[in-house]
Amino acid sequence: MRDNAKALVRQVGLPRIIIAGFFLLLLVAAGGFQMDLLQLCSDFLRRWGMYGILALAMVPAVQCGIGLNFGISMGIVGGLLGGLIVIEFRLASIPALVEIHPLLAQWVGILIAILIGVVLAAGIGWLYGLLLNRVKGSEMTVTTYVGFSIIAFMNILWTILPFQSGELIYPNAGQGLRNTISLADSYSGVMNDTLAITVGSLTIPTGLLLFFFLMCLLVWLFMRSKTGEAMSAAGANPNFARANGINVNKMRLVGTILSTVLAAVGILVYAQGFGFMQLYNGPMMMGFTSVAAVLIGGASPRRACISHVLIGTFLFQSIMALALPVANQFIPESNLSEVMRLIISNGIIIYALTQTGGGSRE
Amino acid sequence: MNKRKILDRLFEQKVVILFVVLCVLTIVASKQPLTFVANELFTRIARNSFLVLALIIPVLAGMGLNFGIVIGAMAAQIAVFLTTHWGFVGIGGFLLTALLATPMAVFFGFLVGKLFNKAKGSEMICGLVLGYFAEGLYQLLFLFIFGGVIPIDNPTLMIATGVGVKNTIDLKDTIKYSLDTVPMLTILEIGFYLVVAAIVLSVVIKLAKKQPVHWKKTGIALILAVAIYALTYIPAVESFLAADRLLLLWAVELWVALVLLWQAGRFLVLKVIRKEELDLKRLAAICVAAVLVYALTYVPAIYEVLIYVRLPVMTYVCIAGLCLLNTALMRTRLGQNMRTVGQNRVVANAAGINVDRTRIIAMIFSTVLASWGQLIFLQNVGTFSTYGAHTQVGQFAIAALLVGGASVQKATNKQAILGVVLFHTLFIVAPLAGKELFGNAMIGEYFRVFVSYGVIALALAMHAWKKVSGVGPSTDFAPASASALAGGTSAPASGGGKAG
Amino acid sequence: MERSYVLKMDNISKEYSGNRVLKGVSLQVRPGEIHALMGENGAGKSTLMNILFGMPVIHSTGGFEGSIEIGGQPVKIDTPVKAMELGIGMVHQEFMLIPGFTVTENIKIGRELSHPNLLSRLVGRSMETLDLAAMKKDAKAALDTIGLKLSPNAKVGGLPVGYMQFVEIAREIDKTGIKLLVFDEPTAVLTESEAARLLETMKVISSQGIAIIFITHRLDEVMAVADSLTVLRDGEFVARREIAETSVVEIAELMIGRKVEKLVEDQGTDNRTLSDDNIAVSLRDYRVNMPGELVKGIDLDIRKGEIFGIGGLAGQGKLGIPNGIMGLYAAAGEVRVNGQLLDLNRLGEALRHKVAFVSEDRRGVGLLLEESIEKNIVFSAMQVNNDFFHKYGWIRLHDGNATRRHAEEMVKKLDIRCTGIRQTAGRLSGGNQQKVCLARALTLNPEILFVSEPTRGIDIGAKKLVLEYLVKLNREQGMTVIVVSSELVELRSVCDRIAIVSDGRLASILKPDDSDADFGLAMSGGLKKGGGQRAG
Repeated sequence: MRDNAKALVRQVGLPRIIIAGFFLLLLVAAGGFQMDLLQLCSDFLRRWGMYGILALAMVPAVQCGIGLNFGISMGIVGGLLGGLIVIEFRLASIPALVEIHPLLAQWVGILIAILIGVVLAAGIGWLYGLLLNRVKGSEMTVTTYVGFSIIAFMNILWTILPFQSGELIYPNAGQGLRNTISLADSYSGVMNDTLAITVGSLTIPTGLLLFFFLMCLLVWLFMRSKTGEAMSAAGANPNFARANGINVNKMRLVGTILSTVLAAVGILVYAQGFGFMQLYNGPMMMGFTSVAAVLIGGASPRRACISHVLIGTFLFQSIMALALPVANQFIPESNLSEVMRLIISNGIIIYALTQTGGGSRE
Repeated sequence: MNKRKILDRLFEQKVVILFVVLCVLTIVASKQPLTFVANELFTRIARNSFLVLALIIPVLAGMGLNFGIVIGAMAAQIAVFLTTHWGFVGIGGFLLTALLATPMAVFFGFLVGKLFNKAKGSEMICGLVLGYFAEGLYQLLFLFIFGGVIPIDNPTLMIATGVGVKNTIDLKDTIKYSLDTVPMLTILEIGFYLVVAAIVLSVVIKLAKKQPVHWKKTGIALILAVAIYALTYIPAVESFLAADRLLLLWAVELWVALVLLWQAGRFLVLKVIRKEELDLKRLAAICVAAVLVYALTYVPAIYEVLIYVRLPVMTYVCIAGLCLLNTALMRTRLGQNMRTVGQNRVVANAAGINVDRTRIIAMIFSTVLASWGQLIFLQNVGTFSTYGAHTQVGQFAIAALLVGGASVQKATNKQAILGVVLFHTLFIVAPLAGKELFGNAMIGEYFRVFVSYGVIALALAMHAWKKVSGVGPSTDFAPASASALAGGTSAPASGGGKAG
Repeated sequence: MERSYVLKMDNISKEYSGNRVLKGVSLQVRPGEIHALMGENGAGKSTLMNILFGMPVIHSTGGFEGSIEIGGQPVKIDTPVKAMELGIGMVHQEFMLIPGFTVTENIKIGRELSHPNLLSRLVGRSMETLDLAAMKKDAKAALDTIGLKLSPNAKVGGLPVGYMQFVEIAREIDKTGIKLLVFDEPTAVLTESEAARLLETMKVISSQGIAIIFITHRLDEVMAVADSLTVLRDGEFVARREIAETSVVEIAELMIGRKVEKLVEDQGTDNRTLSDDNIAVSLRDYRVNMPGELVKGIDLDIRKGEIFGIGGLAGQGKLGIPNGIMGLYAAAGEVRVNGQLLDLNRLGEALRHKVAFVSEDRRGVGLLLEESIEKNIVFSAMQVNNDFFHKYGWIRLHDGNATRRHAEEMVKKLDIRCTGIRQTAGRLSGGNQQKVCLARALTLNPEILFVSEPTRGIDIGAKKLVLEYLVKLNREQGMTVIVVSSELVELRSVCDRIAIVSDGRLASILKPDDSDADFGLAMSGGLKKGGGQRAG
């Protein structure tokens, strides 16, 4: 009996058990405080879909061998640029389409944004991959700082890029893009609202979830293709891959590009669900949140799969959704949930790092 | 050949050269008077150098750039909060704060060291994430535990609800400038007492352990100490020393005088008395350089700066002391062990060095020094932003060190100081230059942040790059070192073999 | 003649988890003599030395049996520090030096000289100030002892490889009271003139009364400098000889000689026709830069349909041959497969020419340890031949059913013991992992199969099955099989011809039934160089 329990702990992993336990505890507490559980569930689902694709971006990165990609901000800026261009040219409210159905116009808008984002991200990802192929073994340290650098660099660009739309730039001085850009007039909530089902206080953002699952399916199919298999092998054992005639560097490049592209898609999906696009330092720590999510789901810096993304994002985001109202019951107006986000997400990353790192005396 | 060498040297210093150029350009672009820049700069050197110097030991111990110094800073901030709450002020309050921060920092450093030993090879990313993790715990402590769990009744420090600490704590009436304003006279007095105490203690220990005591040497040392201390009773000297700030001009003059005296002393002792080999050319060059520096003080523009800037003496003494400590530590057995561990853990282990322990000690050193550094920073700034003061500590200190030409594996005191100068010059003038050039101060602001991230990213990438190309297969088939050994070798012995 | 011994190891036995690696071995070394310790790989030399140095690997696995005497006194060596205190030193094959340090710092590493100061009196020895002058003096003295003119202030990183070895030696000499110095294959990384210089230095050291244990494969070196030698084979003590009373041929026989076991049952009639005109693999001036297994120019023709063996001691380059052909390490020269020239710079070139490879490094190169058995078996065929895919337009997706069918068939055919084809490869035993590797290679339908160290680390039953299967493939399908192995017995029991590689070059091609002495001489470089032979 005890052996069984131990085996289970080993298989599921202690941190996951703790986090799942914590989630249940919060859930019970929320029930105890007579909170509207159905509304909380809607919140879980919404956050699941919003953050899911950003976490999904970790899968190709980990599988191709570059490890946890703290630098998804590279893709995120691509996605943001796509989103900005759509707003600038009012592509989300083309009158002809609005007449057919407003949602259709919005869909066209966000799809164009995604398309632009994907193209930009593919280019950035390619350069980024070239860099990562030269720093094998220290990818995580390098990606983190390259990610930070690109955010800082984009801060300069955000202030000088020649956007004109009043929705985008600061109103009076007129110099530079706004910190937070409202999507209310463009494609805010387009996925969340599509086919949304409301039962009592439970809202299921069907469109959002379908899009998220579609992305998961595409990644899953890719991983089963010849290239996907080769990429996984290159990440798992580069020598093995080479012995089978696989160009390891090329596969790493493919994985990096795919991860960056997914990040671009992910940020737009996130932004439409959130209703705002955050520029400047907003996306700085997105990488950490996504990394933490897949790690909570059971991934390691060497292996990650779709199920890790699904489980991890759900657990992590549900805790975040629960923590705020529950913490407020104890200490009103506190940002305890932010503190918890810091502790949980960084705690799980440190745990993962110590699991794979040295530990030997030498 | 020689030209090639000079070019190589320059190439090695490319980061430094780049930043020197960048600094000069931004200063020009900012259109600020030199006096302003210099004054700001010397303030910032006093504030930040200690933190940057705290990074050197882990680099030498092979643990890379210690992003974990944030945790040392947090220890300092907890201590500052507590002493402020208890109402300790002035230099006494400052010392008590340091005393309180030290054991905390030792403990934190120990934990960080333990953790880093479990993540060998990924210390840097681990340290960075650890910083964020600790930030969570720190916020938990300051937002909820203070007031929430530990009752603290202090309306000036706590939020109105009584749970959680306010966003900023004013240190104006407590420890602001407490270190900066220690008069030179006091510094000398303290120095005198310390020296005497050290001499006496050393004699006592030697006597207790029944080791021979060099009475003559001890006597000379004591007399020297007393003589120097006696000098401070001369009224002119006393009035000069009564101040707590030193005019930069005087500091330069003093420095030049000291250098000349030191070189003269060396010449006398080594060459004339002990008749040892001495690099006379080098000695002469140093003297000439010193004189040149003195001559420069007569240039009007420089003179203007020199009589404008006043240095907080005690703070600079602390920084100099830390430089000495870093150097001295590396000349001890422990320091040598650290360097060995830093260069190659396998060899160190084979040589009987306890690798894990050495690394933990290095982390403890760094964390404690960082906590003191943060204290110096806070007492100079004078306001303590409870939730923000530590966030950029590691980031900026590391960027400064790298700008000075250090790398992940090599760092010196000189690089640290040079880095502080360059990095903070850029920090002071970048927003102003941005305003002048683009009409937008934010661009300069973002630019300096970009520089600080970018330089770290670059250093990390270059380090990783070097590591990868270092292990790559070479295309050499036969080692070409045969000829190097040819001289003096004889053919394999043919007779050989002693008969059993 | 009764003489005192500086080291006497008596009747030493050691087992690792039931596997006896040393069986009653004895070793005696007199003061000031050079004693050669010889034997093939796996003969037990390194285990014996680990025991002498009290390495943790010995004591954490249950210790050993037998007794050790140093200078006539029985001693118990349970830590490396103890060995050091008893005056035993080791010159490592790979240098334990720090390039960034000076010669002095390297010589004094971990044993720095220092003088106390106030702080160290309060805190402890670790704060003592280094006495650089005294350290330099000691280093100079040690360098002088071995006759090396080198500034103690020079950085080791800038020295030629040959000098580094001498710095290592100087470090051992510098240790006070050193009585016995072990040289573990010291000449392996040196050029010929450097090696000669080293041998000379060894004599200088021994003439000062320090005994030397000289571990080497090179017979000519032994004949040139050693006073006596001990030969081990398969963990057993074979003989102790005085050099003056033996010959190269005798030593070679002592090292190799053993009863020839029949590892493989006869596989029915052999009706192959091998011809020198029908060449499967041909190598010309073939070089491979595989660290530790350099190939330095080999010409070789392997006939179609034969089982060809490549043997030799570890580190001599035999493993480099298949690894270079498969593109795992940079290779140069001319390689033809069935007459077609391979482009050695193109990844996967050999695979496209129907050459398959079972690597000696199963866990490192041969397997995806975290993937299932079925994935491991079909992976190469998927990537190289595009097998096991559904095709939808231009997209190829993995075909699970075909994979399963094939994997199950292979599991049955090769008798892979597993819980199912979904079990991860990392959890299999060594023998079963080897069979999975073999299955993967065979799934490629190769014409030529390289098998490297096919029986390393696997049990006797699996060994037999693997070898028999190789013979079966050769006889029934006419596959050309090239077996690369350090186990001479296994090569001699399955191969038609055996090439012995020594020092990256071809020493000779022998028949399986050639004499032990021929094999021994070929492997020890004795035949090629011929020098050093000397009548007793």
